[in-house]
Amino acid sequence: MSRWKSRFEKINFTYKQKKIMKIVALILLLVFPYLITSTYILHIVISCFMYACLTLSLNLIIGWSGQFSLGHVCFYGMGAYITTLLTKFAGINFFIAMGIGVIFTAGFSALLCFPTLKLRGDYIAVVTLGFGEVFRLFLINAVDITRGPAGIPAIPKPILFGLEISGKTMFYYFSFLLLVVFVVFMSRFNNSGFGMSMLTVNEDDIAATSLGINPKKYKLVAFMIGGGMAAMIGSFYSVYMGMIAPTSFAYAESIKVVSMVVLGGLGSIPGAILGAFLLTALPEFLRTFSQYRMVLFGAAMVIMMIFKPDGIWSRKNRTKNEYKIKAMRGVTYGENSRSKECNNKFWWSYCSR
Amino acid sequence: MFLQHVVNGIVIGGIYAMVALGYSMVYGVLQIVNWAHADVLMFGTFIGMLLTTVCGMPVVAMVIFAAFLTAILGMSVERLAYRPIKSSNRRMAVLVSALGMSTFLQNLAQLVFGSTTKPFSTIEKVTYKIDGISFSNMQIIILSITAIMLIILYLLVYKSKMGIAMRACSVSISNAKLMGVNTNAIISITFGVGAFMAGIAGICIGTYYSAVYPTMGYLLGMKAFAAAILGGIGSITGAVAGGFVIGIIESLGAGYISSGYRDAYAFIVMIIILVIRPSGIMGAKHIDKV
Repeated sequence: MSRWKSRFEKINFTYKQKKIMKIVALILLLVFPYLITSTYILHIVISCFMYACLTLSLNLIIGWSGQFSLGHVCFYGMGAYITTLLTKFAGINFFIAMGIGVIFTAGFSALLCFPTLKLRGDYIAVVTLGFGEVFRLFLINAVDITRGPAGIPAIPKPILFGLEISGKTMFYYFSFLLLVVFVVFMSRFNNSGFGMSMLTVNEDDIAATSLGINPKKYKLVAFMIGGGMAAMIGSFYSVYMGMIAPTSFAYAESIKVVSMVVLGGLGSIPGAILGAFLLTALPEFLRTFSQYRMVLFGAAMVIMMIFKPDGIWSRKNRTKNEYKIKAMRGVTYGENSRSKECNNKFWWSYCSR
Repeated sequence: MFLQHVVNGIVIGGIYAMVALGYSMVYGVLQIVNWAHADVLMFGTFIGMLLTTVCGMPVVAMVIFAAFLTAILGMSVERLAYRPIKSSNRRMAVLVSALGMSTFLQNLAQLVFGSTTKPFSTIEKVTYKIDGISFSNMQIIILSITAIMLIILYLLVYKSKMGIAMRACSVSISNAKLMGVNTNAIISITFGVGAFMAGIAGICIGTYYSAVYPTMGYLLGMKAFAAAILGGIGSITGAVAGGFVIGIIESLGAGYISSGYRDAYAFIVMIIILVIRPSGIMGAKHIDKV
């Protein structure tokens, strides 16, 4: 295992190479709908993007703040329903309705967070799961508002500056934009002081308290942002699909997103995207095995936790103070830190000090 | 009408209590929620159904045999999904593994038995009526089974040597190990006892509603967990009391408020309890340390 890891770490790209790769990937993704004309594949890619966003939002709650939420589909569904009700029956522009949905859901998720703030992992899972179930029952029973189990059909397409977003290509760009915004936001957030404090709370909230970090604040904010992000994806889902029904927001959907987060890697942005893409695209291409899908998800979660509890692409833990090491070696920040003359032995001799 | 709801609630509550005991005992020993418990229960019910329909076993033998098979299943779940991770001291990993096991079992049942609801009847239903309150022989049998199981469990935990070892493990596993207790065996037995109760509870509820289906464990398990939290998780008397309280509240709520939200009352009660008193009615206050 360790040999693998060291081999893996030897592949180091310079800052410039990384930037070029990023730009090439971006261009490829931008022209993708013109390269692939099959609407079916485009649909799969759009749902991959959607699930990637959803996984990122849940990863903020589970991976960064360490609260095991199983009711994520509740926020997702709430965003979808609020946006739909506002656009279809009140005639508000989609983007304004989406904003209202996001704010409302963020408020609601803060409300949901309150009973769980004092509790530990398992309790949070059960409470959020219970909330998800109550929400689903509300969707089914409040026929006057949500039209019950039948769902709401024929949701109007969003209009931006007189331009109607419809068709797979337009939705591809819309979902891609959402994913880019989410990834940029998460990577900025991850490296901010706030994100660091959140990681400390995740590791040990009692130790965090002793360092002057208030765990409740970070848990609450993680829930609010995660819930709001999920609501945004929910409203995208409602206009993309054109109809919503309570069956789309059931417990199994939460489990699906949780398994994406866990298999991809807790607290890792590439991991979340990788997990979402794998678990969305693979079942589509392996249609003959579709009935075994959830069985395999379950088995994969158990096996993954036994052999590699951090996920496929896990978060890199900051075990060493890189700035200090660089200063000692006389390498100024910004240069390629691992040049050829610096062999492994030399490197570790500094790290162990 | 009020008494009628209470009677129905007590019968359902007894079943919840039996399931809640499984959650509570495992939590008491290992401080983890056994998410696969509800799915083990569902498998137990299917085993019972198969034993009656395919093998044609008599009822009493079927219940006991199915419960033993469920206990073996529960112990193997512990062996496969919990024991390899327990040592790594990562709460999140255990939680995910348990959840994965639950998903696996639930969907395996869907694959093997099909997702349709199957009828399950063992005894002829006879309804009695006293003072306007009607109750069936099924309800009496379920209540008496519950009572017998609770008495057996009480004797096992408080009067036997194994029970002492179990309680020692729930205080501190490492200290119990120092005193010569085979902790791995005790943990395994705790899972087995919980699954045994769950198997019997599953057969009871399967025959009560005459319906067996792969997702039956999910809601039942969550309500039973709510009962365990209400009573104070880790406490045996608390789990029993919580089960009966949740059963009665659910029955009354469905009768007087709205039957559409029948499944929601248990969760609402649980959330209120967690806000007011997270340690439950009878649970001891627990202080976290670094």
